[in-house]
Amino acid sequence: MIRDITIGQYYPAKSVLHKLDPRVKLAATVLYLISLFLFKSISGYIVTTIFLVTIIRLSKVPFKYIMRGMKPIMMLLLITLLFNLFLTRDGDVLFHAWIFTITEGGLRNAVLMAIRLVYLITGSSLMTFTTTPNELTDGIESLLKPLNKIHVPVHEIAMMMSIALRFIPILLEETDKIMKAQIARGADLESGNILQKAKSMIPILVPLFVSAFRRANDLAMAMEARCYRGGEGRTKMNPLKYARRDYTAYVIVVLYVAAVVIIGRCVPLRIWIF
Amino acid sequence: MSIKIEHLNYVYSPGTAYEKQALKDICLEIPHGEFVGIIGHTGSGKSTLIQHLNGLIRATSGELYYNGENIYSENYNMKALRSQVGLVFQYPEHQLFEVDVLSDVCFGPKNQGLSKEECEKRAREALKLVGLKEKYYQSSPFELSGGQKRRAAIAGVLAMQPKVLILDEPTAGLDPKGRDDILDQIAYLHKKSDLTVILVSHSMEDIAKYADRIIVMNHGKVMYNDTPKKVFAHYKELEEVGLAAPQVTYIMHELKEKGIDVNVAATTVEEAADSIMEVLGHD
Amino acid sequence: MRKMVQTEDLIFEYAKRDEEGNVIGAYRAVDQVNLDVEEGQFIAILGHNGSGKSTLAKHINAILLPTEGTVWVSGKDTKEPEELWNVRQSAGMVFQNPDNQIIGTVVEEDVGFGPENLGVPTDDIWKRVEQSLKAVGMIEYRHHSPNKLSGGQKQRVAIAGVIAMRPKCIVLDEPTAMLDPNGRKEVLRTVEELRKQEKVTAILITHYMEEVIDADKVFVMDHGHVVMEGTPRDIFSQVDTLKEYRLDVPQVTILADELKKRGLDIPAGILRKEELVEAICRLK
Repeated sequence: MIRDITIGQYYPAKSVLHKLDPRVKLAATVLYLISLFLFKSISGYIVTTIFLVTIIRLSKVPFKYIMRGMKPIMMLLLITLLFNLFLTRDGDVLFHAWIFTITEGGLRNAVLMAIRLVYLITGSSLMTFTTTPNELTDGIESLLKPLNKIHVPVHEIAMMMSIALRFIPILLEETDKIMKAQIARGADLESGNILQKAKSMIPILVPLFVSAFRRANDLAMAMEARCYRGGEGRTKMNPLKYARRDYTAYVIVVLYVAAVVIIGRCVPLRIWIF
Repeated sequence: MSIKIEHLNYVYSPGTAYEKQALKDICLEIPHGEFVGIIGHTGSGKSTLIQHLNGLIRATSGELYYNGENIYSENYNMKALRSQVGLVFQYPEHQLFEVDVLSDVCFGPKNQGLSKEECEKRAREALKLVGLKEKYYQSSPFELSGGQKRRAAIAGVLAMQPKVLILDEPTAGLDPKGRDDILDQIAYLHKKSDLTVILVSHSMEDIAKYADRIIVMNHGKVMYNDTPKKVFAHYKELEEVGLAAPQVTYIMHELKEKGIDVNVAATTVEEAADSIMEVLGHD
Repeated sequence: MRKMVQTEDLIFEYAKRDEEGNVIGAYRAVDQVNLDVEEGQFIAILGHNGSGKSTLAKHINAILLPTEGTVWVSGKDTKEPEELWNVRQSAGMVFQNPDNQIIGTVVEEDVGFGPENLGVPTDDIWKRVEQSLKAVGMIEYRHHSPNKLSGGQKQRVAIAGVIAMRPKCIVLDEPTAMLDPNGRKEVLRTVEELRKQEKVTAILITHYMEEVIDADKVFVMDHGHVVMEGTPRDIFSQVDTLKEYRLDVPQVTILADELKKRGLDIPAGILRKEELVEAICRLK
């Protein structure tokens, strides 16, 4: 079912990570993602692993919950792995059968790429696990504020994001309901070629759009009734304020990036073919 | 033409943190031609139960027979079942999508593989049955009023000419007149065309007025399954699970306590009035 | 007594358009309505779907402005552009669909939305959020996602969101139409609490007659007009007239009316089952 997707869904807990300012988490995530591509040697992987494991422990998000979020991207991961494994020709041949050849370089690329992908997704979903959507949009709004000067409607974009986040689960549930109702009327959503399949989506998409527009209309009215008039003159319930721990977090992240780059590049550690 | 359910269980999202047993060991029989009411508070499993009846949800365990055939057996024709057992969801007007009312009602028959003429004939019949005037047939379904949309959506299911009609709170959000009109129409259909009707409702008054038999659901189990009079005699137990009996039932019980010998089994206004008149009216 | 809401010859017309979008006429949704609500009152507006009651309600919050006539909220003319936000702050509004009026992804964030828009200082917002959630009995759900709440709970959150703006008056536009009986009771109990504790004026729009028994005054609308006006007892004693306006009365009232028609000496306009039981016992 569509509703079972947990990737990136907020996980409520009381941890240091949950308490951090969203701006720190956003900046840190970006730095972390870049750092993943700044090293090649296995020593860099060790530093990243230690960092990531520590962060996971600090976040108090159960390991199982994180793994479950991985499920939907398993296919992608597998394809990347196989492509790298069989298409890279580099170094000694480890295995050969019919048209399949695995080389040392292929195995290395495949394994390291898979690890990198997993780390990339784990790292960025940790941010969304520990940050409520509203904090996230507040953080983005605040970080992008300079763009206001060149007339980018930053507040409106942030508001749209947070409304979208609130309505995604509602619309998913609605889709489910409409699909069931049309199946009950004998609609066939599975068989047929692409054209027929696309055509069979009309009885689902039209009601869904109608409902989305109705909801948007209602919501706009409800917002106006509650005196919403754009970002100007608006106060914040949770104004973003850096605390001591946020500065500490910045320092730690910068130290980590430095460590990864220095150790990953200057400490040549080799284990078997890696 | 009956529905028979044996030891049916249903578990939501098994193996996850959201795992929940929605239905527990349901055994029921709904004979042909009956008008059955299903009551239960939100989350009692009544919506899950009715979606089993036309195969939209597959039971985790247990069997379901339609006309003696097990619908979970291999090669069972689910599509045929769905045209025999029509299901009208809550707020069915949210499923309307065609450019005009008539084509929307034709959607079901079209899916049954009928000819264009036959589809239109059935659609017209269905629209007449729900009492929608002919001048609306060519209008966009989105231009109709709330009550008219509801009728058009119900016609969309009736046009498939089901033998069993299941309605999940067909009157939610309608005003009193709209509510009575729809329920009277359904009761008329039930009598006239020998249709089995399964009505899910929150209104005890409505259920008492129309149903031959009431199934009370609570926490995924069948709590009572009996005639309205016998079910509403348990009005105290019903209250404990967040339900209630029709208002007149309470009045009759209170009168009886005050020493007026009325019939406590009365569940409709007419029955109550008759009984009170019998005791007091002959002075 | 100070006036909370007053309307004078209020008319509202929707433009009727043809397929190209040209105006081809007007539909009068509200026609010559004169309403008078005093501070602290509990007012009910009844009517079938399409009777104009929701259109009327939207005028009190200045979501719609009169085509003709005037609406005053707390003495302020809703047509004055500079009073718009004052009007919306003093007359809060709760809508029918609980899902489509909650903006926040967490209960307390949603309740804070109104005060944020009003520019209330941060510390004050938190105080208001806490008070409002306590007032509707939802404080233990403050960190929950609205999607996981029941319909009745969602409506209570929506009410808290309005209360947090400290309005003098709440307009509830069919707040119970999409709820089950338990949710309905929950919402009505909350409104009653608020009237008693916070002394807010409440204007309840509904088609459920059972909900208006405690109202100080009931208005019945049909085709945009106010066709009946009076205490619940006055209104409920006219069972047949109500039926003409596509409305219904509680089963007790119908039974009382039926017994009366069959010749028993029972007073008109019975609202509660205790009253009927008493009236019958007196006949014994």
